[in-house]
Amino acid sequence: MKIIVCVKQVPDTNEVKIDPKTGTLIREGVPSIMNNDDANALEAALKIKDAEPSTHITMVTMGPPQADVMLREGLAMGADEAVLVSDRLVAGSDTWATSNCISAAIKKIGDYDLILAGRQAIDGDTAQVGPQIAEKLGLPQVTYVEDLEIEGDKLTVKRALEDGYEMIEVKLPCLLTAIKELNEPRYMSVPGIFSAYKKDITVWGAADLELSADIVGLDASPTNVYRSFTPEPKGKGKMIDGDTPAELVSGLLSELKAKHLV
Amino acid sequence: MTFQLTKEQELLRTMVRKFAETEVEPIAAEIDQTGEFPKENVEKMKKLGLLSIPFPTEWHGAGGDNVSYAIAVEELSRVCGTTGVICSAHTSLCAWPIYHFGTDEQKKKYLVPLLNGEKLGAFGLTEPNAGTDAAGQQTKAVKDGDSWILNGSKIFITNGGMADTFVVMAMTDKSKGTRGISAFIVESSYEGFSIGKKEDKMGIRASATTELIFENCRIPAENLLGVEGKGFKVAMTTLDGGRIGIAAQALGIAQGALDKTVAYLDQRKQFGMKLKKMQALQFEIADMKTRVEAARLLVYSAAWKKETGQPYSVDAAMAKLFASETAMHVTTKAVQLHGGYGYTKDYPVERMMRDAKITEIYEGTSEVQKMVIAGSVLR
Repeated sequence: MKIIVCVKQVPDTNEVKIDPKTGTLIREGVPSIMNNDDANALEAALKIKDAEPSTHITMVTMGPPQADVMLREGLAMGADEAVLVSDRLVAGSDTWATSNCISAAIKKIGDYDLILAGRQAIDGDTAQVGPQIAEKLGLPQVTYVEDLEIEGDKLTVKRALEDGYEMIEVKLPCLLTAIKELNEPRYMSVPGIFSAYKKDITVWGAADLELSADIVGLDASPTNVYRSFTPEPKGKGKMIDGDTPAELVSGLLSELKAKHLV
Repeated sequence: MTFQLTKEQELLRTMVRKFAETEVEPIAAEIDQTGEFPKENVEKMKKLGLLSIPFPTEWHGAGGDNVSYAIAVEELSRVCGTTGVICSAHTSLCAWPIYHFGTDEQKKKYLVPLLNGEKLGAFGLTEPNAGTDAAGQQTKAVKDGDSWILNGSKIFITNGGMADTFVVMAMTDKSKGTRGISAFIVESSYEGFSIGKKEDKMGIRASATTELIFENCRIPAENLLGVEGKGFKVAMTTLDGGRIGIAAQALGIAQGALDKTVAYLDQRKQFGMKLKKMQALQFEIADMKTRVEAARLLVYSAAWKKETGQPYSVDAAMAKLFASETAMHVTTKAVQLHGGYGYTKDYPVERMMRDAKITEIYEGTSEVQKMVIAGSVLR
């Protein structure tokens, strides 16, 4: 089986601090990591490879040259190959432009049975790129995948919803987006680390994918973030004291009446 | 000259730190209390290749280098000194001498399982009456047809109770002194081999430090490691490399204590301010940090010299001397800066201080390192 895993390098939000004066993220000195859900997507691919060693895993990412480190990490976990789409022309792409770029890269790779992506990236939180790639490639998609089983060219997928699950059968080729409940991503292995840097990473620019400025990059992006801010913290709640349920209820009622809410 | 780690070494540090913080740190206090060998984590380390770092892939090694190995021991020891020495004893003291002195047959039979995750290794030199005076070996090996028969005992053997494969020194000709010592590969399953007393130690309490007992233990002749009568050289050369491992362990313990102290100073308030705002304490941190960095340079430099085929014996001695004394100094300061809390088991620095002490003692005391260093200068 041939699997493509879409990955993104993101700042480690556990390490991000917020500037108390400006309310913006302090990115300086923050380490970059593979996006968490993407690591789950890669792990799902690696599990398939564990069971069937002939499986070939190719990672695809769009980003600056520094994304190389994240791809090496993926190779050290056990992926076979990596493609980095990197070009000034694609900088500032929103989800629509990004999925144009990634789907073009996947078309160029051509031969695949399954595409796995993370549900969403921790820096943008849109959860749009995976589904858009499926649309642009004309593939069936299942999002929020918590479990999957492969039988021949058929997948049985457990899709997590807010209030329950859907069990979905889907035929290959298709695209799945992974959530963290799907698995626990493995560590890089030590031999994997030392072989990761012996492999070549394929780097494609916009020209290699015949991408033009009307479908990728900042200017082509239909959406635009014009302001980001930290929501004001909610005030502290008030605990109502009382020894019996009746006392608690009357305490609550008098609070609500005082605020003219009842 | 360059002081830049390679990308592989950086990535390895990322990986080992994540493993150490996720798997090792959460049980470090517990295994310190119980003295129970961290079997599950050692199995995980085997699978990840953490016990095969500086060996070529043709022998099922990870294909890494000696600086990477030092980084791995450092990162494990940063959260747990016990786990660091388990890795170091297996790698430097058992796998390495078999790799360096072993025949291809010995490597196939013993090195491959030590590197592919099947077996754990240990090293037996020290005896009740042969510590720093390692030449005073009393364990005897007598040739008997196609085998050697071992009698005697070893003490303070790291991984002793848990290892499958041992590199053991024994006298094959007492009349020749150090030239009468030979090295052997011993399997834990051999008849006449048994594990004696387990030590109840001040620190690194879970590393299964035990006695090894040989009672008419029959060893096949082909398990002689290196040349008969050259065992002392095998032991001393092995310890040269082992010292890099222990120096890395000491460095890791020191770094761990420094990191915990920095976090504590940022959290603890006295006299209406965080401790980190107090200049007297800032100066202590500056001193600790400087010593740790100096130790790091000595450790990596010794590892790099070993990797690049240069003489490294004196470098390893200096790295171990300085890093172990740094570990003792920094952990003692760390306890002091934590105040009363530092003296309790609610914080990890008291464990680190106990763990640090052994690094000044084993694989050559500080005094032995000074003999090696002085001997290289005062010819």
